[in-house]
Amino acid sequence: MSEGFAKKVANTQVWKAIFRHGPPNNARNRAAVVAGNVFLHLHPIKLKKSGVQLGYTWCMGGLTFFIFLSLTITGVLLMFYYRPTAEYAFTDIIGLREHVPLGIMRELHRWGAHLMVITVWIHMFRVFMTGSYKPPREFNWGVGVILLILTMLLSFTGYLLPWDQLAIWAITVGSNMAKATPFMGNGGPGAALARIGDFVMVSDKNDVRFQLLGGRFVGEAALLRFYILHCVFIPLVVAVLIAIHFWRVRKDGGISAPL
Amino acid sequence: MHMIKLGINFLSSPLYSFTLFIVLFVLAMKRMDIVGTKKFGMGLLIFTLVVFAWMVSDPVFFSVISLPDNIPIIILNGLVFWSTWYALYKGNQNDIRIAAGEPPIEGTPENREKVWAWPNLVYTELFCIIACTIFLIVWAIFFKAPLEEPANPTWAPNPAKAPWYFLGLQEMLVYFDPWMAGVVLPVIIIIGLIAIPFIDTNPKGNGYYTFKERKFAISAFLFGWLALWVFLIQIGTFLRGPNWTFYGPFEFWDTHKVVAENNINLSEIMWIKLFGIALPKNIFVREVFGLIVTGLYLVASVPLITKKWGHKYQERMGTVRYYLMIFLILGMMSLPIKMYLRWFFNLKYILAMPEFELNL
Repeated sequence: MSEGFAKKVANTQVWKAIFRHGPPNNARNRAAVVAGNVFLHLHPIKLKKSGVQLGYTWCMGGLTFFIFLSLTITGVLLMFYYRPTAEYAFTDIIGLREHVPLGIMRELHRWGAHLMVITVWIHMFRVFMTGSYKPPREFNWGVGVILLILTMLLSFTGYLLPWDQLAIWAITVGSNMAKATPFMGNGGPGAALARIGDFVMVSDKNDVRFQLLGGRFVGEAALLRFYILHCVFIPLVVAVLIAIHFWRVRKDGGISAPL
Repeated sequence: MHMIKLGINFLSSPLYSFTLFIVLFVLAMKRMDIVGTKKFGMGLLIFTLVVFAWMVSDPVFFSVISLPDNIPIIILNGLVFWSTWYALYKGNQNDIRIAAGEPPIEGTPENREKVWAWPNLVYTELFCIIACTIFLIVWAIFFKAPLEEPANPTWAPNPAKAPWYFLGLQEMLVYFDPWMAGVVLPVIIIIGLIAIPFIDTNPKGNGYYTFKERKFAISAFLFGWLALWVFLIQIGTFLRGPNWTFYGPFEFWDTHKVVAENNINLSEIMWIKLFGIALPKNIFVREVFGLIVTGLYLVASVPLITKKWGHKYQERMGTVRYYLMIFLILGMMSLPIKMYLRWFFNLKYILAMPEFELNL
């Protein structure tokens, strides 16, 4: 009876409008289900058996992408409750914690962010250990390195947003490094040389740290900058690079296998 | 028990633990036939778990390890432990096969056969996604995201730590000034990573696990990844307390722990200690030894390395690739070299030019 019901559903006009093929239990439909679905068509229709084995891929790249999507969703939900100003940021987080029953969105977002850093690292480790960066995949390895840095920057910019002691001092420690950039940071080697008479060209009012924080210390301007970098700018860049990364995985011959 | 804990505290100090780690690392690279076996993996796993369980029973160690933001590091450690051993195990299996004249396991006719993405790949991904979701939800339910006092720019916590994935860099600050630890070395890491496929011209080991066919590439990468990145994160997270002072895993973070700060510069060692005269006024005369040492390390060492060991690589790789590789290795090795100089000679800076903010 249930099988008959499933068949009936699969024969309705609505079902056929969404899925343009029958159940994927024969060769023709298995090809159609992958090729005809915008999400599934990231995959090839057929691939070498070694490439689908968990013992080979560890699924770390796929999980990284999945966590990125989860972070996008939980992040958008958090944005409904959060205002990036020195006045409201901390109390909004308190509100999120105290007034949202059974809320775990902030936890999912924070732990997910940590987990994404870890899965990116392990993914890169797997790619290295299988020699998958070797020709013809050199370029895609480079795209992956940029994505690794952007992942850490995403996590770093998000670290400031709760606006608690942990946040501002971690960002203070991190952004103080920018002060030491050679020639471009106020405390870095060579910055003292960049002066014309009494006019100092690289000061704490215009060096890279100032540009990053929008000020000389981690204040409200830094909060807004990090918020926009975290929620808009870096995710957009990451999304574009992920598209390139996946596209090149396919174009470079799919998941690596012995030549 | 108390004596054992004191002993572990003593041996965890960066000098001993880092040295021990490197000795074990070299041994492991030499005896892949032992490391790459299931017995070894299981033995090491059980040993680590027992030691870890025992350490967690200590209240001081537990108080550090159970900070919510430190839990990702424990997950990282588990995954690093497993992934390193597993990759080496698969490599060892393949090396045995290759030595017997068989193809690596990924290259058997059965594994080269093409299979449908649906259901083979799609179901595997679905399984991983569900497992990951469950894991994250359980983690989120049992561990609240940390939230401390509201931000206060006038009161800095001690120690003030960067997020855990940058603690390797923060730990490097002990040995290098921020322009090196925070800017130059990270840039070298990024350039080095992107350059790997262009430096490594070895056509073998593409698309399967192996160790023997890529000994040098894998050892160098593992050294940077495990010893200079993951290990330094452990020290920075678990063993650095107030004022970034070293504390053993069972040592209470006493803010008043006094550490003798008697680090001196190379110029002071040479002019004052060796020649018994005051530091010269002219900074270039004063730092002449530092300039010589830096020059020797960055320039003069290259033909020496090439003659002794590198010439066969230079022939095989071509000049540009070869010199890029030497530059990257010198950059990477500058960190452990500076660490040991600090530990053995209390050396602060090889080249100390605070006039230009240029300290090495």
